[in-house]
Amino acid sequence: MLLKRRDFLKISSLASATFMIPNFLQSMTLPEALDNKNRILVVLQLSGGNDGLNTIIPTRNDIYFREREMIAIKDSLKLTDEAGINPSLSYFKELYDSGELAVLNNVGYPHPDKSHFRSMDIWQSASKSDEFLETGWVGRYLDEACYNCDHPTQALEIDDMLSLALKGENKKAFAFKDPQRLYQTSQEKYFKSLSDAHTHEDETVDYLYQTMGSTINNAGYILEKSKAKASSETYPNSNLGKDFKNISALIKSDINTKVYYLSVGSFDTHVNQNQRQAQLFTEINEAVQAFVKDLKANGKFEDVLLMTFSEFGRRVSQNASKGTDHGTANQMFFVSGGLKKKGILNALPDLEKLNDGDLIYTEDFRKVYATVLKNWLGADSSKILGWKNGVYDFV
Amino acid sequence: MNISALQKNKHLLLRAGFGANLSQIKDLESMPLADIWKNLSKDYPYQPLNVGEMIENIDYQQLSKLDADSKKAFRQQNRKKIIEINLKFLDQMVHSEDQLREKMTFFWNGHFATRVINSKFNLQLLNTIREKSLGNFGDLLRAVSQSPAMLQFLNNQQNKKDHPNENFAREVMELFTLGRGNYTEKDVQEGARAFTGWSFQKEGSFFERPNQHDFGPKTFLGKTGNFDGNDVLDIIINQKATAKFIVTKIYKFFVNDKVNPSIVDQLSQEFYASKYDIKKLMEAIFTSKWFYAEENIGAKIKSPIDLMAGMMRMLPMEIQRPENLIVYQKLLGQMLLYPPNVAGWPSGKSWIDSSTLMLRLQLPQIWSGLKPLELAPKNDDDIDMGMKTKQNYSKGLKNPGIVIDWEKVEDVFQAKNIKDCLLQKSSALLDKNIDQYSGSSVKSKVINVMSTPEYQMM
Repeated sequence: MLLKRRDFLKISSLASATFMIPNFLQSMTLPEALDNKNRILVVLQLSGGNDGLNTIIPTRNDIYFREREMIAIKDSLKLTDEAGINPSLSYFKELYDSGELAVLNNVGYPHPDKSHFRSMDIWQSASKSDEFLETGWVGRYLDEACYNCDHPTQALEIDDMLSLALKGENKKAFAFKDPQRLYQTSQEKYFKSLSDAHTHEDETVDYLYQTMGSTINNAGYILEKSKAKASSETYPNSNLGKDFKNISALIKSDINTKVYYLSVGSFDTHVNQNQRQAQLFTEINEAVQAFVKDLKANGKFEDVLLMTFSEFGRRVSQNASKGTDHGTANQMFFVSGGLKKKGILNALPDLEKLNDGDLIYTEDFRKVYATVLKNWLGADSSKILGWKNGVYDFV
Repeated sequence: MNISALQKNKHLLLRAGFGANLSQIKDLESMPLADIWKNLSKDYPYQPLNVGEMIENIDYQQLSKLDADSKKAFRQQNRKKIIEINLKFLDQMVHSEDQLREKMTFFWNGHFATRVINSKFNLQLLNTIREKSLGNFGDLLRAVSQSPAMLQFLNNQQNKKDHPNENFAREVMELFTLGRGNYTEKDVQEGARAFTGWSFQKEGSFFERPNQHDFGPKTFLGKTGNFDGNDVLDIIINQKATAKFIVTKIYKFFVNDKVNPSIVDQLSQEFYASKYDIKKLMEAIFTSKWFYAEENIGAKIKSPIDLMAGMMRMLPMEIQRPENLIVYQKLLGQMLLYPPNVAGWPSGKSWIDSSTLMLRLQLPQIWSGLKPLELAPKNDDDIDMGMKTKQNYSKGLKNPGIVIDWEKVEDVFQAKNIKDCLLQKSSALLDKNIDQYSGSSVKSKVINVMSTPEYQMM
């Protein structure tokens, strides 16, 4: 058998590690370490500022119904004595009942910014609100995790444009809407021939050629993997359905991707909110249902964590157009077969204690990022985020 | 490597402007460098940008009283106007003879980065910057700091006696003048007090509200007095750190992302001694010997705007749907008048990821009508207010509506070494490849040369 040097190193270092670690430690550390290896994070960005108060509804709160006379959700699906979920998210109610959904309420950051682009910038770069970073949190994870790796496909975004979240200092993720189209674009003969022939001493030109070569090579790699185990599950014919279908095909292959990033929107519901939100929730509900079923059928649901976020929530009071304006703190969803804690993880937002009509955050989003980086992906979260104030224990 | 006269000439035109245009290419190799600089640095009469009738202004209180439809209409009108300003600005870069002014405006526009929905304030700030872009930095700083766009963007409307908002004072020091490490948190607080009451009238003129101003004594950067905003700006300008911060940023933008410390020190001292004469500083850079050193030639990655404006200068074109150019600005990562945040656009390698690079490489083919554009930009909620779905975008974008006058292009390039005219960096291997894929067609050679990684460099 011919072993590639890489594989040989992998095997030998694993073997020697096994020999050197005392038995009792082996049994404790190895399964955990191996576990991390298969784990995958899927980030679903709800662009535009989803209204959290009409997502998880405080069903016993008079202030909620008083402040939202026209738009309060009265037919929510019951989760607890105090909380219900928007009826358009019926599958999430099922996930809740089966212990595969966790909800963290009131997530935000100090001195919140109400501009979409700035707040999204903050969420994607994981910066403080008075700090401007040129890299994103997944990008910096990539810098760490993909140092010297074969295929820089550890993180993929399902979009035509790459978000700041996935840009690192040295590594950047790939973005594509459709593996087939990515492949076609990259296989143009002229580009291939340029890429094959290049020798460049100039560092910056070389960087361009490397990016080009890596795009050409990995477009083929991604297409091949996406075709390896095409899905038998029926996905809805929506954009999001197609995106999740692409992701699940890749998850089922042996591609090395650890983080998938996709977005849906726009949730910027200043006008006639309920109609718009229901429409988007329905799209999410159907796509996630197909995705989870697909993962379950292939024994992958324990290894996949789906996390949602939005750049901000909305104001507590409705506006004059049956909508809501930009607000602050918001909840995050975590969907997985491998949750350590499930259900509603903390108290619902306090509607009595507001800051000028806005919720006051109690959970810092960087702590959430630190949690998934450290506990789920086994990465050095303090190095990536500079966050040193602990992690949650839901994964 | 020997730097040819042609390379030097192109270098100056690329850095002090948006590159050579087609007619300049004709006899560029024989033109004396000094003549090119003379032409660039000439005192052209200043013309403000004009986009026809502006939308009637309303202030925030009026805006908040409008019903949803009127609000939406107001935003859409403004959005349309800002797109017009954006395209006019780009058009200036392509067609104006006063290239140095447009390039400096492009620089200061990224330096004093703002994003406001009011189109009138946008245009006003852009024209202020264009007018003063080669004048005195202190004047420019003051004019920008007193512009409604900046005051609004950095929340100085909320900066009031007893309730200071520090955003404006902080960013003025951190991003516009001193840079981090040259002031304390206390300076931010005291500076903010000095700016209290800085505001503007509805129609856009600067206005100090006396009843909101804190008249008490402040201690700012080691000085104590009953300072107002102007005093604070004067104190900031008096700091040598300000000269150094600005010169470093200018050096990175116009010369090289990698700073040469001794050159920057020297330039900073001269800039400070000249009381912040911007034109003098630029003259010192573009007439120096070191500017034309090998390490600076073709050393920078073109920003998306440099790339687009450069191609438009080189290939005379009729653009049937100019608004489609916005889509390219978005996809390539630089939409004029919409910087990512108050820190402006990042530069260098941060322009490049697999998506933006592949689009850059295909742009010449797409604009020549040989390939459709198959990408759609992300939604922008600040602009669209949740009203736009992604699918709407891609409709009608397949055809760029660009018609290039290839006859003119072929006329000029027929007798030229196309690669030498279009690239600042190259290799023998590249030559072979381009020739192999272009055959004898001038058009395909131009397209192929522009479709290389080397063409991304300036």
